[in-house]
Amino acid sequence: MSEGIGARVLRKEDKRFISGKGKYTDDVIEINQAYAAFVRSPHAHAKINGINKQAALDAGAVAVLDGKELTGDGIGNIICGWMIHSKDGSPMNMGAWSALATEYVRYVGDAVAIVIADSQAAARDAAEMVEVDYNVLPAVIKADKALEDGSPQLHPEAKNNLIFDWEIGDAAATDAAFADAAHIVEMDITNNRLSPNPMEPRSAVATYDASEEHYTLYTTSQNPHVARLVLSAFYQVAPEHKLRVIAPDVGGGFGSKIYIYPEEIACLWASMKTNRSVKWTSDRTEAFLTDAHGRDHITNAKMAFDANHKLVGVKVDTIANLGAYMSLFSSATPTYLYATLLSGQYNVPNIHGNVRAVYTNTVPVDAYRGAGRPEATYLLERMMETSARELGVDPIELRRKNFVQEFPHQTPVIMCYDAGNFEAHLDGALEAIDYKGFEARRAESASRGKLRGIGTSCYIEACGIAPSAAVGSLGAGVGLWESGEIRVNPVGTVEILTGSHSHGQGHETTFAQLVSERFGLPTDNVQVIHGDTDKVQFGMGTYGSRSGAVGMSALVKALDKVEDKAKKIAAHLLEASDSDIVIEGGEVKVAGTDKKLGWHEVCLAAYTGHNLPEGMSPGLKEDAFYDPTNFTFPSGTYICEVEVDPETGKTDVLAFVAADDFGTIINPMIVEGQVHGGLAQGIGQALLEEVVYDDDGQLLTASYMDYCMPRADDVPNYQVSHYKTECPGNPLGMKGCGEAGAIGSPPAVINAITNAIGNNNLSMPASPQKVWAAIQASGSKQAAE
Amino acid sequence: MYETSYHRASSVDDAQSKMKAAEDGKFLGGGMTLIPTMKQRLAAPTDIIDLAHVGDMKGIKADGSGITIGGGVTHSEVADSADVKAAIPALSYLAGLIGDPHVRNRGTIGGSVANNDPAADYPSACLGLGATIITNQRQIAADDFFVGLFETALNEDEIITAIHFPKPAKAGYAKFPNPASRYAMAGVFVAETGGDVRVAVTGAGNDGVYRESALEAALGGSLSVGAIDGISLDASNMMADMHGSSEYRANLVKVMAKRAIEAA
Repeated sequence: MSEGIGARVLRKEDKRFISGKGKYTDDVIEINQAYAAFVRSPHAHAKINGINKQAALDAGAVAVLDGKELTGDGIGNIICGWMIHSKDGSPMNMGAWSALATEYVRYVGDAVAIVIADSQAAARDAAEMVEVDYNVLPAVIKADKALEDGSPQLHPEAKNNLIFDWEIGDAAATDAAFADAAHIVEMDITNNRLSPNPMEPRSAVATYDASEEHYTLYTTSQNPHVARLVLSAFYQVAPEHKLRVIAPDVGGGFGSKIYIYPEEIACLWASMKTNRSVKWTSDRTEAFLTDAHGRDHITNAKMAFDANHKLVGVKVDTIANLGAYMSLFSSATPTYLYATLLSGQYNVPNIHGNVRAVYTNTVPVDAYRGAGRPEATYLLERMMETSARELGVDPIELRRKNFVQEFPHQTPVIMCYDAGNFEAHLDGALEAIDYKGFEARRAESASRGKLRGIGTSCYIEACGIAPSAAVGSLGAGVGLWESGEIRVNPVGTVEILTGSHSHGQGHETTFAQLVSERFGLPTDNVQVIHGDTDKVQFGMGTYGSRSGAVGMSALVKALDKVEDKAKKIAAHLLEASDSDIVIEGGEVKVAGTDKKLGWHEVCLAAYTGHNLPEGMSPGLKEDAFYDPTNFTFPSGTYICEVEVDPETGKTDVLAFVAADDFGTIINPMIVEGQVHGGLAQGIGQALLEEVVYDDDGQLLTASYMDYCMPRADDVPNYQVSHYKTECPGNPLGMKGCGEAGAIGSPPAVINAITNAIGNNNLSMPASPQKVWAAIQASGSKQAAE
Repeated sequence: MYETSYHRASSVDDAQSKMKAAEDGKFLGGGMTLIPTMKQRLAAPTDIIDLAHVGDMKGIKADGSGITIGGGVTHSEVADSADVKAAIPALSYLAGLIGDPHVRNRGTIGGSVANNDPAADYPSACLGLGATIITNQRQIAADDFFVGLFETALNEDEIITAIHFPKPAKAGYAKFPNPASRYAMAGVFVAETGGDVRVAVTGAGNDGVYRESALEAALGGSLSVGAIDGISLDASNMMADMHGSSEYRANLVKVMAKRAIEAA
């Protein structure tokens, strides 16, 4: 059976995962290992007057180290890696972020000191004994409040807490289009703040070898090379050749493990200070308090149509909450990953987006599965559905009328869509949900006293990030290419070294399928090596649905070189021309003859070097860097059908159809799994999940007792299907599938509920209480009318 | 978790004497509340006295008057018991709604009732059925047992050895779970026993489990949905939090009461 492209190969990595043999950072045990616990601020905003460590040291702590000692040792501040300029041309106003606070704490959970002890329990006990004298200051939690005059100020660099005031598109042209429009819909829309909640909490094990002046860091990272680069170049922990970063098995990231957090920096530094290995593993409440959150936008959005219901303009004004400090990608998420998608699947001649990014006394906010694109999709698809209702037309037909039909399509907001067929997945989704049969189903629900609704979302997103020169011109501090290496062993087995990082995506299987496709080898003969800066030369890591479109493209380039050399060797041995050699089914053949060699024989010949073509070096190992030429543009249609209990406001998701165009798919089973997971997170955002701080900045949702994660019975059996148009921008025609489910699904759910209850005024998460209140409000509205 | 000493009790008397010897001891039933609380460092008993191996607290006994359930009986044992299903099916149904399978296989009725979480399920059944809480020291009527949030009439060294539930003519339970914790946001246990109707509410009241007198008055001596249709409950005594306002909970209590009556 083929294990190449398109085969449903079972995941090679699952044997160790489902048998409990995965090796995660917390499983690492070093000789002479000590444990770290962090002294964290209980206040959302305070000045540190002093720290008394004596009781902790008396109780046996190995060390208690604070921010002044850290900065005194030359450890640099944490940076945001993407420069955004405000519309007046000024650079963003970035405040200082020290891994351990020096003068001020700015959110509940902000790290003040690291305590090292001989056991985890002893470290925690000692951390509680550290007395920090705080002068508590007023705090501000909501982004719109933070901008007001007189609000508490977080950083001297950012007056009124404004980090930047950025715009995209043509404001004057858009205003003119709105002035002439026949119909305008305007909505105030909040995108709820979320906690990423990977199954494995963050963890770090840092070891300093004094004799070599060398550091090793095991860490829960989606991009260990970027971590090493930043730790070296910006935080001055150690030069790159003296720092090895290993991200072993990592149990989910969803974006939250892209960033380099204070804890990793502090553990590395503390290892040097104490001459001990230092391990820290977050507990779940610590994760809620300190993992970067996602979303948290407040937006006024408008959409304008002409008399023929053709879109003439989109205008949005967004306030993005970035929390207390600027995390690594935090400036890019609400700008270039967000407002560049405001055209959706539609021909929109005029778009203007304005984004103000704001500091608040909350944990930093950064990219979380979808990162900006869910926020854009939510605005457009809520407004599209609401517009159709106000215009009295079918929301499907309103979308169809405005679809982009020709490619490439240049939008007014940077992106140039390269390929797609939006009607194909729309029609597929309509058929799968039995759209025509909906009214009969609604009547059946009504006969049981229930409210049934249907809602649609047509999303497009930009992933496969990203062309390095393009993102460089937009402010990115790094290139977003990927590298890969193919090492063929003398016996013909293959090792893939990749700069991509698998933390649930199944790369050990899908990347092996590429080799299987190319040489006809079983995937069992292929090993994928990743996540270790000593093994893989460099890599930009995994996020932004980039490992297929970018990471695999690098491997394709390397495979091209390996294939070319193997053919030359075979041609030499078989006395044939290179161009007549074909490699298939594990054999190297001369086309049209019975002359052939086993793949392993060619590989062995490469390594013995006994009989190679004139001038050829021995070995069979090639590497390649691949820089994409464009973003890729997955798109799809999601339709959700819900039933609402009007007495309690409880929503049941009865059906969910996902019809996606991901371009070429390597392993449909793994892609379906990605979609299922993304949909669960999107339905979670729509119905269940929200981070809540009280007005003083205390986190109310600090455990699963209050933060509502979706469970199996909250989601339906999904119907997933694929409608492929190949991406012309990369050799395999891949678009990426990792984030689509989370990007496309929230508006479909909310549109279905608002359809059911007859009230468009509903915010996420649509908890039973909120839906009940909306039903009450529309009931009293109807009564008043 | 802070350091603590673990003791396994072999009998009720043994448990009581171990508690007397402890500086700041806590009885451990299934540990479904106490252990997570300790792990979060929100409780720090010096000693844990484990009741899980006390034989006297096991078993479910049925007689003509009702059902007696040992304090150490797990929720899944109550949910699966043929005797409970025959005598008080609403009680078996309630037990099957608690937590998840892991919790039901470990958590005990004595532990739950002694803890008196304001959103736990069992207290509503105790109050709704007019149960008797049997301890190693005395018998306490459910009406006198639940004092307030996490507060009961139990003394420090008192152990719930069993709970007796009289057999009702009819009973029903309906629960609206908190979406996150799946504890009750409103759980209503209704029962008609000897011409007397009780409506006990958990999860919604701001002082823990209580009897909803407005609904009991409207129902009079029998359970009928029509009797409470027009009632509007006072929200001022309801709990309010991020998951539900007091008005929302007042609505839920009425809706769950109707559904409990329909199920009875």
